[in-house]
Amino acid sequence: MTQVLPAQENREVVLKIRGLKKVFNPGKKGEVRAIDNISFDIYKGETLGLVGESGSGKSTTGRSIIKLESITSGEVTYKGQDISKLNNKQEVLKFRKSMQMIFQDPFASLNPRIPVKTIIGDALRLHKICSTDAEVTQRVNELLDIVGINRSYANRYPTEFSGGQCQRIGIARALCVQPDFIIADECLSALDVSIQAQIVNLLIKLRKERAITYLFIAHDLSMVKYISDRIAVMKDGKILELADADELYNRPLHPYTISLLSASPLTDLHKEKQRKRIDYDTSTHKYPEGTVAGMYEILPGHWVYCSAAEVLKYQQQALSASDMGN
Amino acid sequence: MKETILSVKDLTISFQTLDGKVCAVQGVTFDLKKGETLAIVGESGSGKSVSVKAINRVLPQGNTLYEKGEILYNGCNLLELPEKEMQKIRGKKIAMIFQDPMTSLNPTMTVGKQIAESIVKHQKLSETEAMKEAVNLIDLVGIRNPEESSKNYPHQFSGGMRQRVMIALSLACKPEILIADEPTTALDVTIQAQILDLIDELKEKLNMSVIFITHDLGVVAHVADRVAVMYAGRIIEVGTAEEVFYYPQHPYTWGLICSMPSLDTEDENLYSIPGAPPNLLNMPKGDAFAQRNAYALQIDFEEKPPFFKVSDSHYAATWLLHPDAPKVIPPEEILRRYKTFKSFNKKEKEVDVYDASIACAGE
Ligand SMILES: Nc1ncnc2c1ncn2[C@@H]1O[C@H](COP(=O)(O)OP(=O)(O)OP(=O)(O)O)[C@@H](O)[C@H]1O
Ligand SMILES: Nc1ncnc2c1ncn2[C@@H]1O[C@H](COP(=O)(O)OP(=O)(O)OP(=O)(O)O)[C@@H](O)[C@H]1O
Ligand SMILES: [Mg+2]
Ligand SMILES: [Mg+2]
Repeated sequence: MTQVLPAQENREVVLKIRGLKKVFNPGKKGEVRAIDNISFDIYKGETLGLVGESGSGKSTTGRSIIKLESITSGEVTYKGQDISKLNNKQEVLKFRKSMQMIFQDPFASLNPRIPVKTIIGDALRLHKICSTDAEVTQRVNELLDIVGINRSYANRYPTEFSGGQCQRIGIARALCVQPDFIIADECLSALDVSIQAQIVNLLIKLRKERAITYLFIAHDLSMVKYISDRIAVMKDGKILELADADELYNRPLHPYTISLLSASPLTDLHKEKQRKRIDYDTSTHKYPEGTVAGMYEILPGHWVYCSAAEVLKYQQQALSASDMGN
Repeated sequence: MKETILSVKDLTISFQTLDGKVCAVQGVTFDLKKGETLAIVGESGSGKSVSVKAINRVLPQGNTLYEKGEILYNGCNLLELPEKEMQKIRGKKIAMIFQDPMTSLNPTMTVGKQIAESIVKHQKLSETEAMKEAVNLIDLVGIRNPEESSKNYPHQFSGGMRQRVMIALSLACKPEILIADEPTTALDVTIQAQILDLIDELKEKLNMSVIFITHDLGVVAHVADRVAVMYAGRIIEVGTAEEVFYYPQHPYTWGLICSMPSLDTEDENLYSIPGAPPNLLNMPKGDAFAQRNAYALQIDFEEKPPFFKVSDSHYAATWLLHPDAPKVIPPEEILRRYKTFKSFNKKEKEVDVYDASIACAGE
């Protein structure tokens, strides 16, 4: 039972997700509830960070939103349109131009038999961004510059690149059609810190210039905090907490979020060696049959997955946390 | 002194491409001691993966040129070993976790079977025993319902789960040397910690040596005994984790450390090293980092810096360490780190002059 989230005033919702479920192999022995009834909104021009442990359903969420995965139930509405009703070729093409995904596995997401300039060039032609060869070449060069790949590498095949270079080619391919909405799935994971910074600065610049909206999936909490306006924490296919980025870090409420933050490695060698991890008891978010659990707004804009009976407890926890902050 | 198990000397590798020769690795030299963890960090495309793939000889056969150097393991040069002999070492004595899990797993075979197969190949167990061991390994890398999961195909796993399957696969034969190329990139911090602990545990138990490639400096701080920093095909600084993190000498290492965000970074823009890495098709004269280096000296544009000794364990290839070099002031963050370094080492370490025995890499 998910509560309906009220629209925040004055903000345009670009993506609305309600009661989304994805079950792999339903009814069979290997049934997996990859997404278990989630609801949230993404506002125009914001960056929503999605964090959570490996296997929690982050990529599946991204893939469902962009129609790469059929959904079991629920609704995904993009710019007012139910994406499951996009059927004719024209509409789908338009949708694909508007929304792009940067995939988690950079090697597997690029066709190894096609040179990089063609990978990007084909997308430019398909979406009619460039028509002549000269235009395509120029645009490909510009894109390679943006992601910091030497232009003279354009003739190479994906297998001839390093891991981080492949990842940046995936980023260039997603950016090349000038999308309004980007799902970035671990798009920094193979990059060294300096290039990470370069790419993050690029994503932020695009957000300022073109009001691009991002769903930013990552496991690096410091980067997610830096780039996101709001953050959703996912586990076992459920969103357990959703709040403004600063709020989530300064006042995490759900025990899972608290544990996740405590596990974040510190770049300071000495603090790192002393860091204490707080364990999480998974039964916390597993409610007995009959208990109604869902997303409750504990403080304005700060949502926690819990039962009605727990709301008061979380509210008190939030208040005492802010007392301590003062 | 611990015994050296692997010794890479002046390794130089290039690739023949349509556009010309790509000099991916240029004179890489390092030793790996028994039971130690050596981390390799550095710019994307700097030759980390190529260097370690050479150890197991898994670079593409068609266009790879081994130009110079040797890789000594138990006294024999792996680069000269017949393929048949190499097969006895690859995966068995020296195992590798690849950066791209999907391309190194067999998509048509269940993961349990893949792991069991590797166990049977190396350990002479019966198939049922091997399968049991495989399930046990899948459990050890933190995949839930190991029994069920072992019957899944790679595509049924999430990115991080695939990475963990790779780890289980490489540990299956209890190698002497584990080469882990970005093994935890797609993993959340909790699982990452669990994997690092598992590798540590095996290290203790089997006295395994580990080469750990990562760009996550937090992970480096956690696992590494020593750290090597690579830039444009070369190692430019090497030392203990403490030395490289708190007393870095090479301006590239400074840049790398300054780019790390932390949970309290609020700045408008993250720091990133200006400029782009050099074109490996056409390497500049002198130090490859000179063009991007705010601290570059005239000589950096003319001559490659040799390694200078900072301490017995710490070397850096930068002309700034030459006794005649002008004194420069490193970035603030680095100075802050120098202070910390001093505080736990009491006396400041004197920089020794040029040590000819290590300088071969810079010739
Ligand atoms: N095609 C598939 N068939 C069966 N199960 C699948 C399939 N794809 C994903 N799953 C399962 O769905 C769950 C969620 O996977 P998903 O890839 O969304 O995780 P994730 O949060 O992106 O994890 P990671 O951080 O490791 O990438 C996992 O348990 C996974 O095994
Ligand atoms: N088969 C190949 N043909 C041509 N060039 C190649 C080939 N494989 C790698 N390279 C080039 O060699 C250089 C070193 O690559 P390598 O994969 O070792 O980088 P890396 O340090 O592992 O980087 P990353 O952190 O991005 O994985 C890169 O510039 C890459 O483009
Ligand atoms: Mg994923
Ligand atoms: Mg690599």
